[in-house]
Amino acid sequence: MSNQKLNKVEKLINSELSNKIYGSEIKFEELLFKTSASEIIEVIKFLKLDDRFKFKQLIDIAAIDYPNDEKRFELVYLLLSIENNIRLKISIKFESNEKIPSIVKIFPSANWMEREIFDMYGIKFTNHPDLRRILTDYNFKGHPLRKDFPLTGFNEVRYSEKEKKVIYEPVKLEQNYRNFDFSSPWEGTKYLKEVKESKKNEKI
Amino acid sequence: MKKSKSMTLNFGPQHPAAHGVLRLILELEGEIVEKADPHIGLLHRGTEKLIENKTYTQALPYFDRLDYVAPMNQEHAFALATEKLLKIEIPIRAKYIRVIFCEIGRILSHILNVTTQALDVGALTPSLWGFEERETLMTFYERASGSRLHANYFRTGGVHKDLPTKLIDDIDKFCETFPKIINDLEDLLTENRIFKQRNVDIGLVSKKDALDHSFTGVMLRGSGIPWDLRKSQPYECYQDLEFKIPVGKNGDCYDRYLCRIEEMRESVKIIKQCIKNLPKGPVKTVDGKISPPKREDLKQSMEALIHHFKLFTEGFRVPAGNVYSAVEAPKGEFGVYLISDGSNRPYRCKIRAPGFSHLQAMDFLIKGHMLADVPAVLGSLDIVFGEVDR
Repeated sequence: MSNQKLNKVEKLINSELSNKIYGSEIKFEELLFKTSASEIIEVIKFLKLDDRFKFKQLIDIAAIDYPNDEKRFELVYLLLSIENNIRLKISIKFESNEKIPSIVKIFPSANWMEREIFDMYGIKFTNHPDLRRILTDYNFKGHPLRKDFPLTGFNEVRYSEKEKKVIYEPVKLEQNYRNFDFSSPWEGTKYLKEVKESKKNEKI
Repeated sequence: MKKSKSMTLNFGPQHPAAHGVLRLILELEGEIVEKADPHIGLLHRGTEKLIENKTYTQALPYFDRLDYVAPMNQEHAFALATEKLLKIEIPIRAKYIRVIFCEIGRILSHILNVTTQALDVGALTPSLWGFEERETLMTFYERASGSRLHANYFRTGGVHKDLPTKLIDDIDKFCETFPKIINDLEDLLTENRIFKQRNVDIGLVSKKDALDHSFTGVMLRGSGIPWDLRKSQPYECYQDLEFKIPVGKNGDCYDRYLCRIEEMRESVKIIKQCIKNLPKGPVKTVDGKISPPKREDLKQSMEALIHHFKLFTEGFRVPAGNVYSAVEAPKGEFGVYLISDGSNRPYRCKIRAPGFSHLQAMDFLIKGHMLADVPAVLGSLDIVFGEVDR
């Protein structure tokens, strides 16, 4: 995919949807548009149905958690146009209690993708036909992919010889999960300085 | 006459035709399926969460455990994503080796799928013949990486180790004998009356439906859409290789079976070309900050020792950014959406598994079919639970 072609598409989409798109960028030869949760249906519908773009395939929806941001969650819709051989990312950011309009009516395949996001992040979708948990266990509590959910989880499951059934118990570890910080202290990159500073603050 | 009431039937999670741990809740009206509700997640291991807590090197082996039928194809997507973020180009020999093993993975997966699909509709022999070949292919995996399944062979920046010369000869020999095995499988199945009765016109997918349901790979090509990432968005050295993309006509289970058989033949051709043109040179990037040093150097060079220590404790750091890179895995488009915050661990790694979208369409595909068609449709979807549940 050449950068020229991407530039052309970027310009065209920006001019067609100028009041719905808040920003766009091309990085690593990939096209990304930013829009808002209230516009997402219109934007995706337009990109799917318009004869010039024909983004007829929804490849995936990815959710990302930024616990320190005011707008905590981000959803990235990955679209593909087979006719034009172009990929596209559409990103929306929103606060944790916001509800997002479901795109199941436009792409039936969004059904499970949105269910997965609901399961993993607790993001709610409006007008979703069947918003149940999908990957986690029956009666599971919590949203495992949120950054504040511990890697080890809360409950573990085992077969109890005494009770002759599978039982749930709180996680017991012989040794706590050790999260080593291997970042080298002598390479003063920005990221590491931030880490160091935050640690200093903790001590105080 | 008494009016029949619809019945709910639980299929799986322990059922030989469920291809793993699928639990299907079927609503039946007599023998006709009215609704299918797949319950998945019984093999969910939280791969994405684990990857967020590991360095890039440590995250790679998790990909073997997704689609465990063709492990290296998955590693490939992750390796490509990290390489894209790091902006490194891998040596040409590594590209060829990667393609050889990707195609071996494709054959591994297709043999399993074709033969087990046949098994589901009543043919036992193909699986016996096919598994013998899978065993041979897995020894190739073992000789290259040290492991039959969980290879961890495609590292960021190339492949782990160069291939032994004898192995290349043996793969070449395999390419000579394997087409005969495909012919034998076809003799058993392609014109087989029972196999055709069970598969032709079952699980029909139109072009539009295939697109709407996010089908990729054989599921899309079986419906007549000529789309293959190896041709349309070539990665590694696929643009230099000659191969055809088999496309189906009707979009039924039988066409998908034919596509898979034909793809195996094309894969053999690709492997042959790669072996013939296999260039010499390094198999991983020479940048000591990304690929570990040679064992010999560890005894001699202080720099190599430091690199080795840093790479296996801290790992390498990846510049901030987000990329999506996809490969044409045997089952369809396998993609990794990788977000880096500049540290040594991925901030987020969303795995796009083709089987997830395919299984989702189960309800749509099976509606109005007979109960006995469930295994046939399920077989042709090519589901492996490692990747569906992640």
